[in-house]
Amino acid sequence: MKRLLLTCLALVCACQMIFAQSAAAQAPGPLQTVLQAHAKDVAKPSRKTIQPVIDAIVASGLEPVPGFLSAWADKSVWQRKEDGLFFIGEEVAKRTYALTDVDSGAVVAEVAKKELKQLKPNSGVRGLIATALVQFQLSDPNPETRAAALLAIERAPGAALLAPLRASIPAEADPVLLARKTRIERLLTIGYDEDTAARVAAIEEMSGDLGVDVRAALNPLVARKLNVATELPEGENIADILIPGEGDLTVEAAYDLLVAAEGVPPRTTPEMIKAVLADNINGGFVAGVPVAQFTDLQTRLSAYAKLAAAGQAPGLVNDAEVQSALDLHVFYETYAEPNAAVTTAAEAALSSISTRVGLNQSLDLGLDAISLASIYFLAAIGLAITFGLMGVINMAHGEFIMMGAYTGYVVQQVIPNHTASIIVAIPLAFAVTFAAGVAMERLVIRHLYNRPLETLLATFGISIALQQLAKNIFGTQARPLTAPGWLDGAWAINDVVSISYIRIAIFVLALIFLAVFLFIMNRSRLGLETRAVTQNPRMAAAMGINPERVNMLTFGLGSGIAGIAGVAIGLYAKVTSELGSDYIVQSFMTVVVGGVGNIWGALLGAGMIGTLQKGIEWLNPSNTLAAQTYMIIFIIIFIQFRPRGIIALKGRAAGD
Amino acid sequence: MSRSFIAKNPSVLVFLAGLALFTLLVTVFSEGFGVGGLSTSFVKTLGKTLCLCLVAIAMDLIWGYCGILSLGHFAFFGLGGYMVGMWLMYARTEIIVEGALAQGAIPPTSQEVIDGIGTQIFGVVGSSEFPSIWAFSDSLILQLMMVVLVPGLLALIFGWLAFRSRVTGVYLSILTQAMTLALALYLFQNDSGLRGNNGLSGLQNLPGVSASQDVVSIWFLWASAFALGAGYVLAAFVVSGKFGSVIRGIRDNEARVRFLGYPVESFKLMLFTLTAMIAAIAGALYYPQAGIINPAEIAPIASIYLAVWVAIGGRGRLYGAVLGAAFVSLVSTWFTGGQAPDINLGFYTIQWVDWWQVILGLSFVFVTLYAPKGIGGLFDLIKTGEKS
Repeated sequence: MKRLLLTCLALVCACQMIFAQSAAAQAPGPLQTVLQAHAKDVAKPSRKTIQPVIDAIVASGLEPVPGFLSAWADKSVWQRKEDGLFFIGEEVAKRTYALTDVDSGAVVAEVAKKELKQLKPNSGVRGLIATALVQFQLSDPNPETRAAALLAIERAPGAALLAPLRASIPAEADPVLLARKTRIERLLTIGYDEDTAARVAAIEEMSGDLGVDVRAALNPLVARKLNVATELPEGENIADILIPGEGDLTVEAAYDLLVAAEGVPPRTTPEMIKAVLADNINGGFVAGVPVAQFTDLQTRLSAYAKLAAAGQAPGLVNDAEVQSALDLHVFYETYAEPNAAVTTAAEAALSSISTRVGLNQSLDLGLDAISLASIYFLAAIGLAITFGLMGVINMAHGEFIMMGAYTGYVVQQVIPNHTASIIVAIPLAFAVTFAAGVAMERLVIRHLYNRPLETLLATFGISIALQQLAKNIFGTQARPLTAPGWLDGAWAINDVVSISYIRIAIFVLALIFLAVFLFIMNRSRLGLETRAVTQNPRMAAAMGINPERVNMLTFGLGSGIAGIAGVAIGLYAKVTSELGSDYIVQSFMTVVVGGVGNIWGALLGAGMIGTLQKGIEWLNPSNTLAAQTYMIIFIIIFIQFRPRGIIALKGRAAGD
Repeated sequence: MSRSFIAKNPSVLVFLAGLALFTLLVTVFSEGFGVGGLSTSFVKTLGKTLCLCLVAIAMDLIWGYCGILSLGHFAFFGLGGYMVGMWLMYARTEIIVEGALAQGAIPPTSQEVIDGIGTQIFGVVGSSEFPSIWAFSDSLILQLMMVVLVPGLLALIFGWLAFRSRVTGVYLSILTQAMTLALALYLFQNDSGLRGNNGLSGLQNLPGVSASQDVVSIWFLWASAFALGAGYVLAAFVVSGKFGSVIRGIRDNEARVRFLGYPVESFKLMLFTLTAMIAAIAGALYYPQAGIINPAEIAPIASIYLAVWVAIGGRGRLYGAVLGAAFVSLVSTWFTGGQAPDINLGFYTIQWVDWWQVILGLSFVFVTLYAPKGIGGLFDLIKTGEKS
């Protein structure tokens, strides 16, 4: 009986102890348990040790994990000093925090700050946490969060993200995001899938894609590393075997690699020989050879050989020894990716992509050439009137372009709205340069008709004076002429082909000018009179046309068009006092190459010069100066074969 | 023959006498040889002006006498400067490099010296190799021949291409301007082999000559005066004989000269090449006095200024070209050198540095319109005044 009593007592005691414990703290939830298992690493995380912890937390698959991770990254997780448990803390009063249980999400206590310790993961750790969070954000109801998660994957792709990304695809409702997800899934498959067949399939699928991201996914796979060994190793993904002295690998580079890899003695360079000789000078002699004789390499070599034989210098490593050392080794390049099937597919895909990129680049080059041609056409069309039709060499034409550009700049100082200012600037620039042209025609050119060389000189004088005037007024620094906002940016057809809206606008403007020119010359009274005066001024005067008036107006028209061209050119180039002189030679070339007196000739000339310049630049991209040089030489030679230009006037109209 | 051509050009004797007097006076007042009074930099300016007068004579021959407005003669002038500059730079750097390498314990090999010179000269353009165009730069004689041969050959090829396809008048002017632009743009590149836009510098130091700049400047003045005198006599000789009559005929009516059976193209080509060579010699004397040559010197605008000088001086007469070049370039130096006093108008201060170009440009228009004979036309007025 006594024994029974004792047993009962013991049981009661035990029960009491259990109850007492549960009253002090509830049993920890499942997430808390996981956290407590790694309490030390969680409290003091470092970038090197935290990944397994994060993996363990994520692997638990618990519902509150994403919330906890984001709170952790936000530095709002606190550890209670008393029992070491982790809570999400929120400041409710000064220095007092409400603690939320990580599992249940319920507020369990309000505690003073001094009893808590804040977890402060550094940025490296926060990055890892963010990567872990991405897989939860991929299925977030908010599309913006999903888009942000996709961006995070694109920035830092990794093997761990492939599975969650795949899992999130079937449930994706947004078609745009679905497309992005599918694309990123393909790219990740290329880089990280464990199944070789799946990777090869993904590579083949993407091999027609021009996107930069595809090339960025493929290039690291086929990155090569140069290695050296005595014999070719087994089991490595070898890209190529190189023979020193053939192809890209020079003998020197190969031997340097050998020196670095195997520690063989470096090649004896002339500098080393010289240094060794200088160290061993003994009373004006080195190994019995007078120092003064060392103006010859052969003497130096023989003295060095004597030193080496005497053990005073390291042995001479000459070409023969270098070659024999190289012959004992094999040089090979390995792929960064060990899987041969993948690298073969990637190489094939890259070569097919580069073919397509090449095609698209030539398309892009074509667009560039057209836009350059339209700029030359704009610069030259005024000249096509004054020089082509009237035969007046106006070397100040470039300065009219400059005046137009400066007019645009001044208008923008007065009217800050860019769209409105451009709309005002175009007619104003026309008016200003029209007036300038008329004034010049009346004051100077009128007296010099039929004396082209004198006209050239006089207009040169005006050009010099105008340029310096612009410098005096506006200073030497470039002035900005800003395009309206809707002309910013570029029309990107794909990752290779794009053209800026300004260039499209200049192209359209060039087309409009062409139409206006054709209309004025062929359909208007002024055009009729101009053609009449050009062909035979006396006969035209006999018909009642006033040639002086017609000449004045025609010259003004040509100058005015130069002013509008100036506004357009100013939008895309900087406005300086030298703006005009940069274009004057090319403009004359355009008109001369195309054929004087014919607008279609100017168009063809501009097209030819633009294409030519872009083509030469493409052949030698680092050097645009050389492109201009070769272009001018080409034009000089071209004029040999067609001295009157592409479209030559025939018969009486050709004049002379 | 020689009496007759001087008799046809009485200005030759007057000019030579004046040039000799001028040289003598400058020498007497120089710091290097005389009593002082003219600063060395001014002596250099005068020496450079003589070279500009020589290239103006070349321009006058081709433009004033033959009617070809070449806008490329300053390119030949610059090329001449580059050719002599290559030797100056090579020889001077060689002395420096040899001096530096002789400091070492081991005497240098010839290859080391050449490598050192290459690094020294082409280091600024990121290279150390000698381009093939420097092949003769170690020989003064060969390089001096290049002064005449390279621009002459360029003029010959260009002229042959241009004249045989009957490019005339303004078209030819634009074409020569394009050639100048192409050459300048080519030289602006770093891999042109002539140090890109750095150009060649330190040319005022004659290698192996220890005389001071005061003395060297006078030597160059003498050389320039001699070259100008010789160039003037040559030009006067050329324009006085039958050759001169033909080229004047080409200027006045090319077609008629051709119908008379003269090979117009050959005459033009000969004159073009000859004047290019004269321009190159002028440049070879000019740039050692200037000290530096870079591609900006042969920009198209320089050739236009050359035309401006000749036009203001009065084209079609040799002394006109000399007068124009001397007058305009000295006045330009005076105005742009900041020596001219600024004019304060109260609301605006006229700074001549800024406004001189405007005046030059407008005076050019004025001369073209109202005084096509230029300054030289004043002599005609005096002559007619004497007669009446």
